[in-house]
Amino acid sequence: MTNHPEAVDTLLIGVGNEFREDDAVGLCVAREIRRRNAGAVTVVEVSGEGSGLMEAWAGARQVIIVDAMFSGGVPGSIRRFDATAEEVPRRYFHYSTHSFGVAEAIETARKLGTLPPHLLLYGIEGKEFGTGVGLSDPVVKSVPALIAMIEEDLHAFHAV
Amino acid sequence: MSSRTITVDQLARVEGEGSLYVRVNDGKVADVRFGIFEPPRFFEAFLRGRRFTEAPDITARICGICPVAYQMSAVQAMEQGMGVSVDGQLAALRRLLYCGEWIESHVLHMFMLHAPDFLGYEDAIALSRDRPELVANALRLKKIGNDIVAIVGGREIHPVNVKVGGFYRIPAAAELRPLLERLEWGLSWMIEAAPMLAGLPFPDFDGTYEFVALRHPSEYPMNAGRIVSSGGLDIAVREYEFHFEERHVRHSNALHGFERGTGRYKVGPLSRFNLNFDRLTPLAQKVAGDMGLRLPVTNPFRSILVRAVETVYALEEAIRIIADYVPPAQAAIEVEPVAGIGCGATEAPRGMLYHRYRVSDDGIIRDAKIVPPTAQNQPTIEEDVRQFVTKFIDLPREELTWKCEQAVRNYDPCISCATHFVRLDVENSPGGRSR
Repeated sequence: MTNHPEAVDTLLIGVGNEFREDDAVGLCVAREIRRRNAGAVTVVEVSGEGSGLMEAWAGARQVIIVDAMFSGGVPGSIRRFDATAEEVPRRYFHYSTHSFGVAEAIETARKLGTLPPHLLLYGIEGKEFGTGVGLSDPVVKSVPALIAMIEEDLHAFHAV
Repeated sequence: MSSRTITVDQLARVEGEGSLYVRVNDGKVADVRFGIFEPPRFFEAFLRGRRFTEAPDITARICGICPVAYQMSAVQAMEQGMGVSVDGQLAALRRLLYCGEWIESHVLHMFMLHAPDFLGYEDAIALSRDRPELVANALRLKKIGNDIVAIVGGREIHPVNVKVGGFYRIPAAAELRPLLERLEWGLSWMIEAAPMLAGLPFPDFDGTYEFVALRHPSEYPMNAGRIVSSGGLDIAVREYEFHFEERHVRHSNALHGFERGTGRYKVGPLSRFNLNFDRLTPLAQKVAGDMGLRLPVTNPFRSILVRAVETVYALEEAIRIIADYVPPAQAAIEVEPVAGIGCGATEAPRGMLYHRYRVSDDGIIRDAKIVPPTAQNQPTIEEDVRQFVTKFIDLPREELTWKCEQAVRNYDPCISCATHFVRLDVENSPGGRSR
Protein backbone atom coordinates (compact mmCIF):
# COMPACT_ATOMS: atom_id res chain seq x y z
CA MET A 1 0.00 0.00 0.00
CA THR A 2 1.51 3.32 -0.99
CA ASN A 3 -0.44 5.64 1.21
CA HIS A 4 2.45 8.06 1.48
CA PRO A 5 1.97 10.66 -1.22
CA GLU A 6 5.55 10.83 -2.39
CA ALA A 7 8.84 9.09 -1.85
CA VAL A 8 10.16 9.37 1.68
CA ASP A 9 13.58 9.06 3.18
CA THR A 10 12.79 6.68 6.04
CA LEU A 11 9.90 4.28 6.05
CA LEU A 12 8.57 1.77 8.55
CA ILE A 13 6.40 -0.98 7.11
CA GLY A 14 4.21 -3.15 9.31
CA VAL A 15 3.17 -6.43 7.72
CA GLY A 16 0.32 -8.69 8.74
CA ASN A 17 -3.32 -9.62 8.98
CA GLU A 18 -5.09 -8.37 12.06
CA PHE A 19 -7.61 -11.20 11.97
CA ARG A 20 -4.94 -13.89 12.24
CA GLU A 21 -3.89 -13.53 15.86
CA ASP A 22 -0.10 -13.16 16.13
CA ASP A 23 0.12 -12.38 12.43
CA ALA A 24 -1.05 -8.89 13.43
CA VAL A 25 2.06 -8.09 15.48
CA GLY A 26 3.78 -6.23 12.63
CA LEU A 27 0.75 -3.94 12.33
CA CYS A 28 0.55 -3.40 16.10
CA VAL A 29 4.22 -2.44 16.33
CA ALA A 30 3.93 -0.12 13.33
CA ARG A 31 0.92 1.64 14.86
CA GLU A 32 2.67 2.07 18.19
CA ILE A 33 5.76 3.54 16.56
CA ARG A 34 3.56 5.89 14.54
CA ARG A 35 1.90 7.03 17.76
CA ARG A 36 5.17 7.54 19.62
CA ASN A 37 6.92 9.33 16.79
CA ALA A 38 4.05 11.22 15.20
CA GLY A 39 5.20 13.13 12.16
CA ALA A 40 8.81 11.96 12.37
CA VAL A 41 8.48 8.59 10.64
CA THR A 42 6.35 7.54 7.73
CA VAL A 43 4.57 4.34 8.69
CA VAL A 44 2.61 2.14 6.29
CA GLU A 45 0.75 -1.12 6.77
CA VAL A 46 0.67 -3.88 4.18
CA SER A 47 -0.91 -7.31 4.00
CA GLY A 48 2.33 -9.05 3.11
CA GLU A 49 1.62 -9.65 -0.56
CA GLY A 50 5.10 -9.25 -1.99
CA SER A 51 4.56 -7.01 -4.98
CA GLY A 52 2.59 -4.55 -2.86
CA LEU A 53 5.52 -4.46 -0.47
CA MET A 54 7.92 -3.70 -3.33
CA GLU A 55 5.68 -0.81 -4.34
CA ALA A 56 5.42 0.45 -0.78
CA TRP A 57 9.16 0.91 -0.38
CA ALA A 58 9.75 2.33 -3.87
CA GLY A 59 11.80 5.52 -3.58
CA ALA A 60 12.55 5.20 0.13
CA ARG A 61 16.20 5.26 1.17
CA GLN A 62 15.97 3.62 4.57
CA VAL A 63 13.33 0.99 5.22
CA ILE A 64 12.46 -1.10 8.26
CA ILE A 65 9.98 -3.95 7.88
CA VAL A 66 8.31 -5.67 10.84
CA ASP A 67 6.58 -9.01 10.34
CA ALA A 68 5.50 -12.03 12.31
CA MET A 69 7.70 -15.07 11.86
CA PHE A 70 7.10 -18.78 12.10
CA SER A 71 10.43 -20.55 12.19
CA GLY A 72 9.87 -23.08 14.95
CA GLY A 73 11.68 -20.90 17.46
CA VAL A 74 10.57 -19.67 20.86
CA PRO A 75 7.38 -17.58 20.62
CA GLY A 76 8.18 -13.92 21.18
CA SER A 77 11.81 -14.23 20.10
CA ILE A 78 13.06 -11.44 17.85
CA ARG A 79 15.34 -11.69 14.82
CA ARG A 80 16.91 -8.75 13.03
CA PHE A 81 18.11 -9.17 9.45
CA ASP A 82 20.15 -6.63 7.56
CA ALA A 83 18.48 -7.45 4.27
CA THR A 84 20.83 -5.15 2.39
CA ALA A 85 23.74 -7.37 3.32
CA GLU A 86 22.27 -10.84 3.65
CA GLU A 87 19.72 -13.07 2.04
CA VAL A 88 16.50 -13.42 4.02
CA PRO A 89 15.56 -17.00 4.94
CA ARG A 90 12.25 -17.57 3.23
CA ARG A 91 11.06 -20.32 5.52
CA TYR A 92 10.97 -17.93 8.48
CA PHE A 93 8.45 -15.61 6.92
CA HIS A 94 6.27 -18.07 5.13
CA TYR A 95 3.62 -18.20 7.74
CA SER A 96 2.54 -14.63 7.94
CA THR A 97 2.09 -13.84 4.31
CA HIS A 98 1.11 -15.05 0.92
CA SER A 99 3.60 -17.23 -0.82
CA PHE A 100 4.96 -14.33 -2.79
CA GLY A 101 5.58 -12.70 0.49
CA VAL A 102 8.09 -10.62 2.36
CA ALA A 103 11.20 -12.72 1.79
CA GLU A 104 10.30 -13.35 -1.86
CA ALA A 105 9.75 -9.63 -2.43
CA ILE A 106 13.13 -8.77 -0.91
CA GLU A 107 15.00 -11.37 -2.94
CA THR A 108 13.17 -10.56 -6.18
CA ALA A 109 13.96 -6.87 -5.68
CA ARG A 110 17.59 -7.78 -5.09
CA LYS A 111 17.63 -9.55 -8.48
CA LEU A 112 15.87 -6.63 -10.18
CA GLY A 113 18.13 -4.05 -8.54
CA THR A 114 15.22 -2.30 -6.84
CA LEU A 115 16.11 -2.97 -3.20
CA PRO A 116 16.22 0.17 -1.02
CA PRO A 117 19.79 1.26 -0.14
CA HIS A 118 19.17 0.31 3.50
CA LEU A 119 16.70 -2.38 4.46
CA LEU A 120 16.24 -3.95 7.88
CA LEU A 121 13.78 -6.74 8.51
CA TYR A 122 12.52 -7.60 11.98
CA GLY A 123 10.82 -10.90 12.62
CA ILE A 124 9.03 -11.74 15.81
CA GLU A 125 8.20 -15.36 16.39
CA GLY A 126 4.46 -15.94 16.62
CA LYS A 127 2.65 -18.63 18.54
CA GLU A 128 -0.97 -18.52 17.39
CA PHE A 129 -1.97 -17.98 13.77
CA GLY A 130 -5.60 -19.03 13.87
CA THR A 131 -8.50 -16.87 12.83
CA GLY A 132 -9.12 -14.32 15.52
CA VAL A 133 -8.17 -10.99 16.99
CA GLY A 134 -5.45 -10.44 19.59
CA LEU A 135 -1.83 -11.41 20.24
CA SER A 136 -0.61 -14.30 22.35
CA ASP A 137 1.09 -13.57 25.69
CA PRO A 138 4.70 -14.34 24.65
CA VAL A 139 4.34 -12.02 21.68
CA VAL A 140 2.77 -9.23 23.73
CA LYS A 141 5.64 -9.48 26.23
CA SER A 142 8.24 -9.02 23.48
CA VAL A 143 6.64 -6.04 21.80
CA PRO A 144 8.30 -3.34 24.02
CA ALA A 145 11.75 -4.76 23.35
CA LEU A 146 11.05 -4.88 19.64
CA ILE A 147 9.87 -1.26 19.64
CA ALA A 148 13.03 -0.20 21.50
CA MET A 149 15.22 -1.98 18.95
CA ILE A 150 13.42 -0.37 16.05
CA GLU A 151 13.61 3.08 17.59
CA GLU A 152 17.32 2.62 18.07
CA ASP A 153 17.63 1.89 14.36
CA LEU A 154 15.51 4.92 13.55
CA HIS A 155 17.90 7.04 15.64
CA ALA A 156 20.84 5.56 13.79
CA PHE A 157 19.05 6.49 10.57
CA HIS A 158 18.67 10.02 12.03
CA ALA A 159 14.97 9.65 11.46
CA VAL A 160 13.82 10.41 15.00
CA MET B 1 -1.70 -54.68 -2.01
CA SER B 2 0.75 -51.96 -2.85
CA SER B 3 0.02 -48.38 -2.14
CA ARG B 4 1.79 -45.16 -2.75
CA THR B 5 1.74 -41.70 -1.27
CA ILE B 6 3.19 -38.45 -2.46
CA THR B 7 4.30 -35.90 0.10
CA VAL B 8 5.25 -32.31 -0.38
CA ASP B 9 5.79 -30.11 2.61
CA GLN B 10 4.09 -27.14 1.18
CA LEU B 11 2.57 -25.97 -2.01
CA ALA B 12 4.58 -22.94 -2.86
CA ARG B 13 2.95 -20.02 -4.58
CA VAL B 14 -0.61 -20.85 -3.66
CA GLU B 15 -2.05 -17.79 -1.99
CA GLY B 16 -1.96 -18.82 1.61
CA GLU B 17 -1.77 -22.33 2.80
CA GLY B 18 -3.74 -25.52 2.84
CA SER B 19 -3.03 -29.18 2.43
CA LEU B 20 -3.29 -31.76 -0.27
CA TYR B 21 -3.06 -35.47 0.47
CA VAL B 22 -3.11 -38.19 -2.16
CA ARG B 23 -2.98 -41.94 -1.55
CA VAL B 24 -2.46 -44.46 -4.32
CA ASN B 25 -3.17 -48.18 -3.83
CA ASP B 26 -2.28 -50.77 -6.47
CA GLY B 27 -1.76 -48.09 -9.09
CA LYS B 28 -5.15 -46.55 -8.41
CA VAL B 29 -5.89 -43.31 -6.64
CA ALA B 30 -7.57 -44.31 -3.39
CA ASP B 31 -7.94 -40.95 -1.71
CA VAL B 32 -7.51 -37.26 -2.46
CA ARG B 33 -8.09 -34.67 0.21
CA PHE B 34 -7.63 -30.98 -0.33
CA GLY B 35 -8.05 -29.20 2.94
CA ILE B 36 -8.17 -25.51 3.67
CA PHE B 37 -9.13 -23.38 6.60
CA GLU B 38 -11.67 -20.79 5.81
CA PRO B 39 -12.03 -17.42 7.46
CA PRO B 40 -15.51 -16.56 6.15
CA ARG B 41 -16.94 -18.71 8.98
CA PHE B 42 -15.25 -16.40 11.45
CA PHE B 43 -16.43 -13.34 9.57
CA GLU B 44 -19.99 -14.60 9.33
CA ALA B 45 -20.09 -14.65 13.11
CA PHE B 46 -18.22 -11.35 13.34
CA LEU B 47 -20.83 -9.66 11.11
CA ARG B 48 -23.80 -10.58 13.25
CA GLY B 49 -24.89 -7.58 15.31
CA ARG B 50 -23.07 -5.04 13.11
CA ARG B 51 -24.78 -2.38 11.04
CA PHE B 52 -25.60 -3.19 7.42
CA THR B 53 -23.39 -0.32 6.32
CA GLU B 54 -20.34 -2.02 7.84
CA ALA B 55 -20.54 -5.16 5.70
CA PRO B 56 -18.38 -3.91 2.79
CA ASP B 57 -15.56 -2.72 5.06
CA ILE B 58 -15.61 -5.77 7.31
CA THR B 59 -15.73 -8.33 4.50
CA ALA B 60 -12.98 -6.48 2.60
CA ARG B 61 -10.71 -7.65 5.43
CA ILE B 62 -11.23 -11.29 4.56
CA CYS B 63 -8.70 -11.20 1.74
CA GLY B 64 -5.72 -9.01 0.95
CA ILE B 65 -5.82 -10.08 -2.69
CA CYS B 66 -9.51 -9.72 -3.51
CA PRO B 67 -11.05 -7.22 -1.09
CA VAL B 68 -13.01 -5.56 -3.90
CA ALA B 69 -14.83 -8.80 -4.66
CA TYR B 70 -15.97 -9.06 -1.05
CA GLN B 71 -17.08 -5.43 -1.04
CA MET B 72 -18.93 -5.77 -4.34
CA SER B 73 -20.84 -8.89 -3.30
CA ALA B 74 -21.64 -7.29 0.08
CA VAL B 75 -23.07 -4.06 -1.34
CA GLN B 76 -24.93 -5.90 -4.05
CA ALA B 77 -26.57 -8.15 -1.47
CA MET B 78 -27.54 -5.23 0.77
CA GLU B 79 -28.89 -3.21 -2.15
CA GLN B 80 -30.87 -6.17 -3.47
CA GLY B 81 -32.39 -6.73 -0.06
CA MET B 82 -33.29 -3.06 0.36
CA GLY B 83 -34.65 -2.57 -3.13
CA VAL B 84 -31.96 -0.14 -4.29
CA SER B 85 -30.41 -0.16 -7.73
CA VAL B 86 -27.05 1.49 -8.40
CA ASP B 87 -26.54 2.28 -12.06
CA GLY B 88 -25.07 4.80 -14.48
CA GLN B 89 -21.67 6.24 -13.62
CA LEU B 90 -21.73 4.81 -10.10
CA ALA B 91 -22.07 1.32 -11.56
CA ALA B 92 -19.33 2.13 -14.07
CA LEU B 93 -17.01 3.21 -11.25
CA ARG B 94 -17.67 -0.05 -9.43
CA ARG B 95 -16.85 -1.93 -12.61
CA LEU B 96 -13.65 0.09 -12.96
CA LEU B 97 -12.72 -0.82 -9.40
CA TYR B 98 -13.30 -4.48 -10.21
CA CYS B 99 -11.14 -4.14 -13.36
CA GLY B 100 -8.33 -2.91 -11.10
CA GLU B 101 -8.65 -5.97 -8.91
CA TRP B 102 -8.78 -8.38 -11.85
CA ILE B 103 -5.66 -6.80 -13.33
CA GLU B 104 -3.62 -6.98 -10.14
CA SER B 105 -4.81 -10.42 -9.12
CA HIS B 106 -4.49 -12.02 -12.56
CA VAL B 107 -1.06 -10.49 -13.23
CA LEU B 108 0.24 -11.61 -9.85
CA HIS B 109 -0.95 -15.13 -10.49
CA MET B 110 0.16 -15.40 -14.10
CA PHE B 111 3.65 -14.01 -13.82
CA MET B 112 4.71 -14.35 -10.18
CA LEU B 113 3.05 -17.64 -9.26
CA HIS B 114 1.97 -19.68 -12.28
CA ALA B 115 4.45 -18.92 -15.09
CA PRO B 116 7.48 -19.93 -13.01
CA ASP B 117 5.85 -23.39 -12.70
CA PHE B 118 5.66 -23.90 -16.42
CA LEU B 119 9.06 -22.40 -17.09
CA GLY B 120 10.67 -24.75 -14.61
CA TYR B 121 11.62 -22.12 -12.08
CA GLU B 122 11.30 -22.71 -8.41
CA ASP B 123 9.77 -19.28 -7.87
CA ALA B 124 9.57 -15.72 -9.14
CA ILE B 125 12.95 -14.95 -7.59
CA ALA B 126 14.62 -17.44 -9.91
CA LEU B 127 12.57 -16.12 -12.82
CA SER B 128 13.62 -12.55 -12.04
CA ARG B 129 17.27 -13.61 -12.21
CA ASP B 130 16.93 -14.93 -15.77
CA ARG B 131 14.07 -12.81 -17.10
CA PRO B 132 14.26 -9.52 -15.17
CA GLU B 133 12.47 -7.55 -17.90
CA LEU B 134 9.50 -9.95 -17.81
CA VAL B 135 9.12 -9.67 -14.04
CA ALA B 136 9.68 -5.90 -14.03
CA ASN B 137 7.03 -5.37 -16.73
CA ALA B 138 4.58 -7.68 -14.97
CA LEU B 139 5.04 -5.71 -11.75
CA ARG B 140 4.54 -2.48 -13.71
CA LEU B 141 1.29 -3.83 -15.12
CA LYS B 142 0.11 -5.06 -11.74
CA LYS B 143 0.79 -1.62 -10.27
CA ILE B 144 -1.74 -0.10 -12.71
CA GLY B 145 -4.39 -2.37 -11.22
CA ASN B 146 -3.31 -1.41 -7.70
CA ASP B 147 -3.53 2.27 -8.57
CA ILE B 148 -7.07 1.92 -9.92
CA VAL B 149 -8.06 0.27 -6.65
CA ALA B 150 -6.27 2.99 -4.68
CA ILE B 151 -7.96 5.86 -6.56
CA VAL B 152 -11.48 4.44 -6.77
CA GLY B 153 -11.38 2.29 -3.65
CA GLY B 154 -9.58 4.77 -1.45
CA ARG B 155 -6.72 2.42 -0.59
CA GLU B 156 -5.00 -0.49 -2.32
CA ILE B 157 -5.27 -2.94 0.52
CA HIS B 158 -8.66 -3.22 2.16
CA PRO B 159 -10.23 -0.34 0.21
CA VAL B 160 -12.55 1.78 2.32
CA ASN B 161 -14.46 3.89 -0.19
CA VAL B 162 -17.23 1.48 -1.18
CA LYS B 163 -20.59 2.16 0.42
CA VAL B 164 -24.01 0.56 0.30
CA GLY B 165 -25.68 2.76 -2.34
CA GLY B 166 -22.48 3.92 -4.06
CA PHE B 167 -19.24 5.39 -2.72
CA TYR B 168 -18.19 7.68 0.13
CA ARG B 169 -16.23 9.84 -2.29
CA ILE B 170 -16.16 9.89 -6.06
CA PRO B 171 -12.93 10.55 -7.94
CA ALA B 172 -12.57 13.58 -10.19
CA ALA B 173 -12.02 12.88 -13.88
CA ALA B 174 -8.57 14.44 -13.55
CA GLU B 175 -7.59 11.75 -11.04
CA LEU B 176 -8.46 8.95 -13.43
CA ARG B 177 -7.26 10.40 -16.72
CA PRO B 178 -3.50 9.95 -16.07
CA LEU B 179 -4.18 6.21 -15.89
CA LEU B 180 -5.14 6.10 -19.58
CA GLU B 181 -1.63 6.24 -20.96
CA ARG B 182 -0.44 3.57 -18.54
CA LEU B 183 -3.44 1.37 -19.34
CA GLU B 184 -2.65 1.67 -23.07
CA TRP B 185 0.92 0.59 -22.34
CA GLY B 186 -0.37 -2.29 -20.21
CA LEU B 187 -2.70 -3.43 -22.98
CA SER B 188 0.12 -3.43 -25.55
CA TRP B 189 2.46 -5.27 -23.20
CA MET B 190 -0.12 -7.89 -22.24
CA ILE B 191 -0.82 -8.59 -25.94
CA GLU B 192 2.93 -8.78 -26.54
CA ALA B 193 3.40 -11.23 -23.66
CA ALA B 194 0.50 -13.47 -24.75
CA PRO B 195 2.47 -15.62 -27.26
CA MET B 196 5.05 -16.41 -24.59
CA LEU B 197 2.25 -17.68 -22.32
CA ALA B 198 0.67 -19.61 -25.19
CA GLY B 199 4.00 -21.34 -25.77
CA LEU B 200 4.23 -22.72 -22.23
CA PRO B 201 4.33 -26.52 -22.02
CA PHE B 202 0.80 -27.52 -20.97
CA PRO B 203 0.16 -31.08 -19.81
CA ASP B 204 -2.15 -33.08 -22.07
CA PHE B 205 -5.05 -33.12 -19.65
CA ASP B 206 -8.72 -32.28 -19.93
CA GLY B 207 -11.26 -32.40 -17.14
CA THR B 208 -15.02 -32.83 -17.26
CA TYR B 209 -16.75 -29.92 -15.64
CA GLU B 210 -20.03 -28.26 -14.84
CA PHE B 211 -19.02 -24.65 -15.49
CA VAL B 212 -20.85 -22.06 -13.39
CA ALA B 213 -20.57 -18.28 -13.79
CA LEU B 214 -22.59 -15.12 -13.90
CA ARG B 215 -24.01 -14.02 -17.21
CA HIS B 216 -25.13 -10.49 -17.99
CA PRO B 217 -27.25 -9.36 -20.96
CA SER B 218 -24.46 -7.26 -22.45
CA GLU B 219 -21.30 -7.33 -20.30
CA TYR B 220 -18.61 -9.87 -19.60
CA PRO B 221 -19.60 -10.62 -15.99
CA MET B 222 -18.09 -8.82 -13.03
CA ASN B 223 -20.62 -7.07 -10.80
CA ALA B 224 -23.92 -8.39 -12.07
CA GLY B 225 -25.80 -11.08 -13.92
CA ARG B 226 -27.78 -14.26 -13.56
CA ILE B 227 -26.15 -17.50 -12.49
CA VAL B 228 -25.81 -19.88 -15.45
CA SER B 229 -24.12 -23.23 -16.00
CA SER B 230 -22.90 -25.35 -18.88
CA GLY B 231 -25.59 -27.85 -17.85
CA GLY B 232 -28.35 -25.37 -18.66
CA LEU B 233 -28.99 -23.76 -15.29
CA ASP B 234 -30.18 -20.16 -15.56
CA ILE B 235 -31.32 -18.62 -12.26
CA ALA B 236 -31.47 -15.33 -10.42
CA VAL B 237 -28.79 -14.82 -7.75
CA ARG B 238 -31.45 -14.98 -5.01
CA GLU B 239 -32.21 -18.56 -6.08
CA TYR B 240 -28.60 -19.67 -5.50
CA GLU B 241 -29.25 -21.60 -2.32
CA PHE B 242 -32.10 -23.55 -3.89
CA HIS B 243 -29.63 -24.97 -6.40
CA PHE B 244 -26.32 -25.03 -4.56
CA GLU B 245 -25.33 -26.27 -1.14
CA GLU B 246 -22.29 -26.45 1.08
CA ARG B 247 -21.27 -29.60 2.88
CA HIS B 248 -18.90 -30.26 5.73
CA VAL B 249 -16.10 -32.67 4.99
CA ARG B 250 -13.86 -33.96 7.72
CA HIS B 251 -10.53 -33.02 6.16
CA SER B 252 -11.27 -29.35 5.49
CA ASN B 253 -12.28 -26.50 7.68
CA ALA B 254 -13.92 -24.93 4.64
CA LEU B 255 -17.29 -26.15 3.44
CA HIS B 256 -17.31 -27.85 0.04
CA GLY B 257 -19.70 -26.52 -2.60
CA PHE B 258 -22.03 -28.76 -4.59
CA GLU B 259 -24.75 -28.15 -7.13
CA ARG B 260 -27.87 -30.02 -6.05
CA GLY B 261 -28.52 -32.95 -8.35
CA THR B 262 -25.31 -32.38 -10.31
CA GLY B 263 -22.49 -32.54 -7.81
CA ARG B 264 -19.17 -30.78 -8.06
CA TYR B 265 -18.91 -27.70 -10.25
CA LYS B 266 -16.33 -25.20 -11.29
CA VAL B 267 -16.21 -21.42 -10.97
CA GLY B 268 -13.48 -19.06 -12.15
CA PRO B 269 -11.85 -17.85 -15.36
CA LEU B 270 -12.54 -21.00 -17.43
CA SER B 271 -16.23 -20.93 -16.48
CA ARG B 272 -16.60 -17.24 -17.23
CA PHE B 273 -14.79 -17.62 -20.54
CA ASN B 274 -16.68 -20.69 -21.71
CA LEU B 275 -20.07 -19.25 -20.77
CA ASN B 276 -19.45 -15.65 -21.82
CA PHE B 277 -17.04 -15.72 -24.76
CA ASP B 278 -19.56 -13.74 -26.82
CA ARG B 279 -19.45 -10.94 -24.24
CA LEU B 280 -15.72 -10.34 -24.69
CA THR B 281 -14.48 -7.51 -26.88
CA PRO B 282 -13.29 -8.35 -30.42
CA LEU B 283 -9.69 -7.71 -29.31
CA ALA B 284 -9.95 -10.04 -26.31
CA GLN B 285 -11.55 -12.68 -28.54
CA LYS B 286 -8.72 -12.29 -31.05
CA VAL B 287 -6.05 -12.63 -28.35
CA ALA B 288 -7.82 -15.80 -27.19
CA GLY B 289 -7.88 -17.20 -30.73
CA ASP B 290 -4.24 -16.29 -31.32
CA MET B 291 -3.29 -18.16 -28.14
CA GLY B 292 -5.08 -21.24 -29.47
CA LEU B 293 -8.03 -21.17 -27.08
CA ARG B 294 -11.10 -22.91 -28.50
CA LEU B 295 -14.47 -23.29 -26.80
CA PRO B 296 -14.89 -24.95 -24.46
CA VAL B 297 -11.52 -24.78 -22.73
CA THR B 298 -11.35 -27.91 -20.58
CA ASN B 299 -7.62 -28.08 -19.80
CA PRO B 300 -7.37 -26.40 -16.39
CA PHE B 301 -3.65 -25.74 -16.92
CA ARG B 302 -4.64 -23.35 -19.71
CA SER B 303 -6.42 -21.14 -17.19
CA ILE B 304 -3.30 -18.98 -17.29
CA LEU B 305 -4.19 -18.14 -20.90
CA VAL B 306 -7.76 -17.30 -19.97
CA ARG B 307 -6.43 -15.00 -17.27
CA ALA B 308 -4.38 -13.26 -19.96
CA VAL B 309 -7.54 -12.80 -22.08
CA GLU B 310 -9.42 -11.46 -19.07
CA THR B 311 -6.56 -9.10 -18.32
CA VAL B 312 -6.73 -7.75 -21.87
CA TYR B 313 -10.47 -7.34 -21.40
CA ALA B 314 -10.14 -5.62 -18.01
CA LEU B 315 -7.56 -3.19 -19.43
CA GLU B 316 -9.86 -2.35 -22.34
CA GLU B 317 -12.83 -1.93 -20.01
CA ALA B 318 -10.84 0.35 -17.72
CA ILE B 319 -9.81 2.49 -20.70
CA ARG B 320 -13.41 2.67 -21.94
CA ILE B 321 -14.85 3.56 -18.53
CA ILE B 322 -12.26 6.26 -17.82
CA ALA B 323 -12.61 7.75 -21.32
CA ASP B 324 -16.40 8.00 -20.87
CA TYR B 325 -16.28 9.05 -17.23
CA VAL B 326 -18.41 11.94 -16.06
CA PRO B 327 -18.45 12.26 -12.26
CA PRO B 328 -21.93 11.44 -10.98
CA ALA B 329 -23.88 14.20 -9.27
CA GLN B 330 -23.93 12.36 -5.97
CA ALA B 331 -21.53 9.82 -4.51
CA ALA B 332 -24.23 7.50 -3.24
CA ILE B 333 -27.94 6.86 -3.16
CA GLU B 334 -29.34 7.16 0.37
CA VAL B 335 -30.24 3.71 1.60
CA GLU B 336 -32.66 3.23 4.46
CA PRO B 337 -32.54 -0.17 6.14
CA VAL B 338 -35.35 -2.52 5.22
CA ALA B 339 -35.90 -5.73 7.14
CA GLY B 340 -35.36 -8.78 5.00
CA ILE B 341 -32.88 -10.95 3.17
CA GLY B 342 -30.55 -9.76 0.42
CA CYS B 343 -28.34 -11.84 -1.86
CA GLY B 344 -25.43 -10.80 -4.03
CA ALA B 345 -23.00 -12.56 -6.32
CA THR B 346 -20.12 -11.07 -8.26
CA GLU B 347 -17.17 -12.50 -10.15
CA ALA B 348 -14.04 -12.41 -8.00
CA PRO B 349 -10.85 -13.09 -9.98
CA ARG B 350 -11.05 -16.70 -8.75
CA GLY B 351 -14.75 -17.12 -9.48
CA MET B 352 -18.23 -16.38 -8.26
CA LEU B 353 -18.49 -15.05 -4.71
CA TYR B 354 -21.90 -15.27 -3.05
CA HIS B 355 -23.12 -13.27 -0.02
CA ARG B 356 -26.45 -13.39 1.75
CA TYR B 357 -27.51 -11.19 4.67
CA ARG B 358 -30.55 -11.04 6.88
CA VAL B 359 -31.03 -7.56 8.28
CA SER B 360 -33.61 -6.39 10.82
CA ASP B 361 -35.54 -3.12 10.43
CA ASP B 362 -33.04 -1.27 12.64
CA GLY B 363 -30.33 -2.03 10.07
CA ILE B 364 -28.55 -4.66 12.16
CA ILE B 365 -27.14 -7.74 10.46
CA ARG B 366 -28.75 -10.80 12.07
CA ASP B 367 -27.29 -13.46 9.85
CA ALA B 368 -24.61 -13.64 7.17
CA LYS B 369 -23.53 -16.28 4.70
CA ILE B 370 -20.44 -16.01 2.53
CA VAL B 371 -19.52 -18.61 -0.09
CA PRO B 372 -16.09 -17.89 -1.58
CA PRO B 373 -14.99 -19.30 -4.93
CA THR B 374 -12.25 -21.52 -3.51
CA ALA B 375 -14.76 -23.32 -1.26
CA GLN B 376 -16.95 -23.96 -4.30
CA ASN B 377 -14.00 -25.27 -6.28
CA GLN B 378 -12.64 -27.62 -3.61
CA PRO B 379 -14.37 -30.81 -4.83
CA THR B 380 -13.32 -30.02 -8.41
CA ILE B 381 -9.72 -29.41 -7.34
CA GLU B 382 -9.74 -32.84 -5.68
CA GLU B 383 -11.23 -34.44 -8.79
CA ASP B 384 -8.63 -32.80 -11.05
CA VAL B 385 -5.85 -34.17 -8.88
CA ARG B 386 -7.50 -37.61 -8.84
CA GLN B 387 -7.78 -37.72 -12.63
CA PHE B 388 -4.36 -36.22 -13.12
CA VAL B 389 -2.58 -38.71 -10.87
CA THR B 390 -4.52 -41.57 -12.50
CA LYS B 391 -3.41 -40.49 -15.96
CA PHE B 392 0.20 -39.74 -15.09
CA ILE B 393 0.76 -42.40 -12.44
CA ASP B 394 4.01 -43.52 -14.06
CA LEU B 395 5.69 -40.14 -13.93
CA PRO B 396 8.68 -39.97 -11.58
CA ARG B 397 7.48 -39.18 -8.10
CA GLU B 398 9.08 -35.75 -7.96
CA GLU B 399 7.59 -34.68 -11.27
CA LEU B 400 4.15 -36.04 -10.38
CA THR B 401 4.22 -34.14 -7.10
CA TRP B 402 5.21 -30.96 -8.86
CA LYS B 403 2.41 -31.41 -11.39
CA CYS B 404 -0.09 -31.99 -8.58
CA GLU B 405 0.97 -28.69 -7.09
CA GLN B 406 0.39 -27.05 -10.44
CA ALA B 407 -3.01 -28.72 -10.71
CA VAL B 408 -4.01 -27.03 -7.46
CA ARG B 409 -2.44 -23.75 -8.51
CA ASN B 410 -4.58 -23.72 -11.68
CA TYR B 411 -7.38 -22.54 -9.42
CA ASP B 412 -5.32 -19.74 -7.90
CA PRO B 413 -6.89 -20.91 -4.66
CA CYS B 414 -7.33 -17.88 -2.52
CA ILE B 415 -6.76 -19.38 0.85
CA SER B 416 -4.41 -16.70 1.98
CA CYS B 417 -7.17 -15.15 3.82
CA ALA B 418 -7.53 -18.51 5.27
CA THR B 419 -4.87 -20.93 5.75
CA HIS B 420 -1.22 -21.40 6.06
CA PHE B 421 0.70 -24.40 4.88
CA VAL B 422 -0.28 -26.34 1.85
CA ARG B 423 1.01 -29.84 2.31
CA LEU B 424 0.88 -32.25 -0.53
CA ASP B 425 1.04 -35.74 0.91
CA VAL B 426 1.03 -38.59 -1.54
CA GLU B 427 1.35 -41.75 0.49
CA ASN B 428 2.77 -45.05 -0.55
CA SER B 429 2.66 -48.15 1.60
CA PRO B 430 5.58 -50.65 1.73
CA GLY B 431 5.76 -52.67 -1.45
CA GLY B 432 4.46 -49.85 -3.56
CA ARG B 433 6.30 -48.43 -6.50
CA SER B 434 8.03 -45.81 -4.49
CA ARG B 435 10.61 -43.87 -6.44
